[in-house]
Amino acid sequence: MATTTSPPKQQRQRSPKAGRGQKWTRDPMMGYLFTLPVIVSLSVFLIGPIIYAFYLSFQQFTFLNPDLSQFVGLDNYTRLLTDERFHTALKNTSFYSLGVVPVQVSLALLLALIVNSKIRGKTFFRVAYFLPTVTSTVAVSVMFLFLFKRDGLVNAFLSLLGVEGRSWMLDVDFALPSIMLMAVWTTVGQFMVIYLAGLQDIPADLYEAAEVDGAGPLRQFWHITLPLLKPTTFFIVVMSVIGTFQVFDQMYVISKGAGGPLDSTLTVVLYLYNVAFQDFEMGYASAIAFFLFAVILILTLIQRNFFGEETRM
Amino acid sequence: MWNRLLRLLFYTVVVGYACLTLGPFLWSTFTSLKATPDINQLWVPLSDLTFANYVNIVFSDQYPFARWFLNSIVVGLIVTVGNLVFNSMAGYALARIQFPGRTLLFMTILAVMMVPGQVILVPTYILLSNLNWIDSYAGLTVPFLVQSFGIFLMRQFFLSVPRELEEAAFLDGLSRWGTFWRIVMPLAKPALAAQTIFIFMGNWNSFMWPNLLTSSDAMYTLPVGLNTLYGEYDAFWNNILAGAMFMTIPVIIVFIIFQRQFIKGISTTGLK
Repeated sequence: MATTTSPPKQQRQRSPKAGRGQKWTRDPMMGYLFTLPVIVSLSVFLIGPIIYAFYLSFQQFTFLNPDLSQFVGLDNYTRLLTDERFHTALKNTSFYSLGVVPVQVSLALLLALIVNSKIRGKTFFRVAYFLPTVTSTVAVSVMFLFLFKRDGLVNAFLSLLGVEGRSWMLDVDFALPSIMLMAVWTTVGQFMVIYLAGLQDIPADLYEAAEVDGAGPLRQFWHITLPLLKPTTFFIVVMSVIGTFQVFDQMYVISKGAGGPLDSTLTVVLYLYNVAFQDFEMGYASAIAFFLFAVILILTLIQRNFFGEETRM
Repeated sequence: MWNRLLRLLFYTVVVGYACLTLGPFLWSTFTSLKATPDINQLWVPLSDLTFANYVNIVFSDQYPFARWFLNSIVVGLIVTVGNLVFNSMAGYALARIQFPGRTLLFMTILAVMMVPGQVILVPTYILLSNLNWIDSYAGLTVPFLVQSFGIFLMRQFFLSVPRELEEAAFLDGLSRWGTFWRIVMPLAKPALAAQTIFIFMGNWNSFMWPNLLTSSDAMYTLPVGLNTLYGEYDAFWNNILAGAMFMTIPVIIVFIIFQRQFIKGISTTGLK
């Protein structure tokens, strides 16, 4: 793999700066060699599959019997319009996203402000707040199932307050909200750290100047911190929306793959997964995947508009 | 007076939220140490706690838990090393070497980062099953050896490193490959550390893909195994939680050791 360059050119090239730079940077052969693994891997395992998925979304395709596949035009996409279960999944996912994103973003900012302030044991709190983020969603789901059980710890606390307990994760009305709570708990630490980095990038003299001008902490927050965090907020909102629309693991574990009770935890990705690998309707599943892609893309573009031009990534 | 009250309120919030984040771990650990007859008891004296469930899980005849652990380690290591090498090579080329098609390649990498992973779920499954890679280490590793986000991260990093050192080494006769390994990679330690943590943890916790790509007990990774454990063992919460803690505690230890780099890694990659 190693190639040696011929040494004789050294002497000539050491002095003129322009020539040296060119020789050093222009090197097509090496450029291709260095990027070859990535080009191969991306083509075979990402770009190829994306194109094939797009093709599949216009086919009636069953993995079990590929010979019977046939072109059905937009049928898979129009089917989305009348598929009740898909509508339920989309409704659940939107509800989940609408509930989780705002809570997550504001809580992340609050926690970042806290661990960025002059508190005792700062490192301890940073670690404590961040810990849920590094834990597997499957382990977290199992832990929360246990905590939210009928005879679990949550109900024990609630009974102290006189609230009647229930099997939260098995309840049509409460299963999804319980998972939303869990989702905020698991992921907020990650966004907190991003906010923390954003806070530390704000020059301290801005605050000093504001203080000289007599602005209190609240006004400083409103006129300095929030506006300067706008790009960070944009990034976090986008990441949070993308993440919530792709939610799968928690629902899969908690409902044992089915999205129950009564489809109350059925999300778009969980439905896609079941359509593809239980019903083996892979063409239809691919149409669902592209629908998801379109939704995420549109939401991202809307947010970009909303947050203004300067937040271009 | 007001100030003191505010301080009290502030610390209540700070400590309260820490209890919320640590509580579930502590409670699960506590339960995982309860003997089977005590499962439904909320509180048992600490002297009644036992490690039997952990022993039970690791040496179970029914579940190859130790094998799942090994699978997670092996798959995680292979995927991490692959990403470190390949992403860095490509990131370096995109930052430093001019070649026709470079811009196109970079644009493509940025574009595919936008596509949600679920889009390729079906085609990848078909591809891997045609290759006979379902339920094999190859299926669990080869498709994941490269990550566009990692390439992007490395490119940004290399752009920010002054190029004089590499240039000098190159002019002194070190080959491009040698310059890369002996000069560039050692300089990239912080970026490599951040990537290692990200990719290894991501892989360790990943569920959807391994769940799809494995079908026999012996090939499961820990999350997939834990999910079946919960699926079939329903009532033995002490065993299930012992399994959950078994896969969580190593991560927590690693996290606490590398905490500084970890948080730095997230903050630098999150904003670039």
